[in-house]
Amino acid sequence: MDLTVIWAFIIAFAVFAYVVMDGFDLGIGILFPAFQVGSERDRAMNSIAPVWDGNETWLVLGGGGLMAAFPLAYAVILPATYPLIIAMLLGLVFRGVAFEYRWRDPNHRRFWDAAFTGGSLVAAMAQGMTLGALLQGIEVVDRAYAGSWFDWLTPYTLLTGLGTVAGYALLGATWLVWKLDGTGQAKARQLGKISALATILLMGAVSLYNLVLNAEYAERWMTAPEIYFAAPVPILTAIVAVALIRSLKAERHSKPFWLSLALFFFGMAGLGVTMWPYVVPPGVTIWDAAAPEKSQIFMLIGVAITLPLILAYTAWAYWVFRGKVGDEGYH
Amino acid sequence: MFEQFDALLLARIQFAFTVSFHFIFPSFSIGLASYLMVLEGLWLKTGKQLYLDLFKYWIKIFAVAFAMGVVSGIVMSYQFGTNWSVFSDKAGPVIGPLMAYEVLTAFFLEAGFLGVMLFGMNKVGKKLHFAATCMVALGTFISAFWILSVNSWMQTPVGHVMGANGQFLPGDSWFDIVFNPSFPYRLVHTLMATYLTTAFVVGGVGAWHLLKDRSNAHARKMFSMAMWMAVIVAPLQIFAGDMHGLNTLEHQPQKVMAMEGHYDSHPNGAPLILFGIPNSEEKRVDYAIEIPKASSLILKHDPNAPLAGLDTIPDDEEPPVGIVFWSFRIMVGIGFAMLGVGLWSLLARFRKRLYEWPGLHRAALVMAPSGFVAVIAGWITTEAGRQPYVIYGLLRTADAASPLDAPAVGASLLAFVLVYFAVFGAGILYILRLMGKSPQTGEPGAQHGDTGPIRTAGITPGPTQNLGRAEALPTDKEDV
Repeated sequence: MDLTVIWAFIIAFAVFAYVVMDGFDLGIGILFPAFQVGSERDRAMNSIAPVWDGNETWLVLGGGGLMAAFPLAYAVILPATYPLIIAMLLGLVFRGVAFEYRWRDPNHRRFWDAAFTGGSLVAAMAQGMTLGALLQGIEVVDRAYAGSWFDWLTPYTLLTGLGTVAGYALLGATWLVWKLDGTGQAKARQLGKISALATILLMGAVSLYNLVLNAEYAERWMTAPEIYFAAPVPILTAIVAVALIRSLKAERHSKPFWLSLALFFFGMAGLGVTMWPYVVPPGVTIWDAAAPEKSQIFMLIGVAITLPLILAYTAWAYWVFRGKVGDEGYH
Repeated sequence: MFEQFDALLLARIQFAFTVSFHFIFPSFSIGLASYLMVLEGLWLKTGKQLYLDLFKYWIKIFAVAFAMGVVSGIVMSYQFGTNWSVFSDKAGPVIGPLMAYEVLTAFFLEAGFLGVMLFGMNKVGKKLHFAATCMVALGTFISAFWILSVNSWMQTPVGHVMGANGQFLPGDSWFDIVFNPSFPYRLVHTLMATYLTTAFVVGGVGAWHLLKDRSNAHARKMFSMAMWMAVIVAPLQIFAGDMHGLNTLEHQPQKVMAMEGHYDSHPNGAPLILFGIPNSEEKRVDYAIEIPKASSLILKHDPNAPLAGLDTIPDDEEPPVGIVFWSFRIMVGIGFAMLGVGLWSLLARFRKRLYEWPGLHRAALVMAPSGFVAVIAGWITTEAGRQPYVIYGLLRTADAASPLDAPAVGASLLAFVLVYFAVFGAGILYILRLMGKSPQTGEPGAQHGDTGPIRTAGITPGPTQNLGRAEALPTDKEDV
């Protein structure tokens, strides 16, 4: 297998890790107003306080890794979605500082709670719209973005944005079902059901839209022999979706979260099938954008050594803070 | 809005603004992480409650500073692509892997162990907690290593070849790229700057509380530790800065010409211009106060050695002289003022007046933020001094920007300015509030929430609070 393909999978893994891990952080931010001021909100916040920073680091790996492995893609996508990226970054600023500030300034806790929600919502929407802008295609001439600076704003990108917001809310709600008990957990379960339905509907809508968006995408999904590889993805997605709804109704603790992760995994696999082999549709393939072999090898050595370690100590950090968040807290 | 502005200039202002704001936080948290490691290590070794109190006092401040560093740092990792896409495409194959290594070896390490460091002492035990603190400190160091390697390669690029598509491609050896000629000097100079910055913040906080109560044991310990750092590191830093300057003279002579204000060449020994007003239109320094031949003595170790000036450089390759000249003097001036405070503290120690000399404490208080000013001034010197190039001698800044219109860059710049001043202004205020309170015996840690058992000394003192031996402390409820 050639190095460029390996790197495409590494970047896809980093993006997936970011989406699901910071996804539940951002989801909790989005759902925050639904929880009562006091113990419910404090516990929801404390359930992610020790891990959010590590989760967000995957975004830096996604961005930094893209620059290193596919510099042309990095240099095209970011100017093409400039206002979205700036909005996401500023949203993440508010979201990130709120973790500390709300405890340091009880008199303005309401304000920082609102910043936590607003920042999370803006970041989630901007990320979803960036994905949509990428899928709908970016005009590239002479190794540079050649479109105008509102190309990213279309009904399709609004749909992908909303889908991402709903999906993150689902991850956040199911995480809280796992980590909370009592009234907080009951509320999270209720929110989980709503966001699960919204996520499934929006995923379906985006999938159908993809078929009319680009003839090549439709061909990928609708003609033999590709359809034999592609068809299992929507079928498995549907099975996971049904199981997810049932696990929420059956009042399970951790199962809904794992099934939400599976839903995201198949959604991501579907995206992979749709985009392959382009990194910037409709014209730039992963080989067009790839860094030279020497850069790929140098980084691959680093990834091979550090990634297992990173996964190990990240797992350990989660293990340390396992279990329900009680009032004694780890704070 | 912004139509009449130059998109390139706005992009440069935006990068300067976001990176300057960002670097304030790492320049404090790199040093503070090491200080926390030392405090916790001393606590484990001696069992003295005082060290644990100081650890818990500073870790609350660290948590706020680190959060600000993280969120402003993520902006930087995307700023290369949003505003400098041509640079990213061309230099990505060389600097991209170094930045990826920074994420893999440093950011994950810091972030992975930060949660345990802040909130996990009663979950993992003291030894493992200390290991987590060490990992966070190590992560801040590794992060500095990689990002300074990237910056140094842009200042002194070697080890690459040019691709047919205009990209910089890695040559035969990554070692040459990572350990490029200016990197060792820049790394040492920057790391010592972060230690000095932290030392003066800690010293300033100690001085503040000594001025209020000179018997305050916690303040005494902080102040004493900080002043030892000042007196040891400040002279080393001045020496390292001099070495860094000689390295710059070798590789980026026009930067040194701008720092020195040497518009003209001096074939028989160049004067050291202490002060003056650079006049780039007339190409001379007005009202200059000079020491004859001293510049040649410092830079060439020979008072009569010839030194070339900016008259040997084509006009379109000259850096802006005024800003480099001034920022360099601010940095050097603060460096010597730090040395002065360090020596004063040594004198006070010999006279046994370290905690009883209000003049010294006031000076340390005034100097508390000086490290930040010096660090930013130093970066302005080196970054403005390598203009008009972003990759020195090879890629001009003007040719590196994204194809964006001025209104897009201007609007985002305005958003960054408003958000940063509001958000980081609030954060700095919270840090100052934390610093305004004195550390207490049984100081609470970084725990969050009104629901947790926050035990405030004086109101409900824990039964074991003043025993002094760490082993005597209850581990089941002790939060950090």
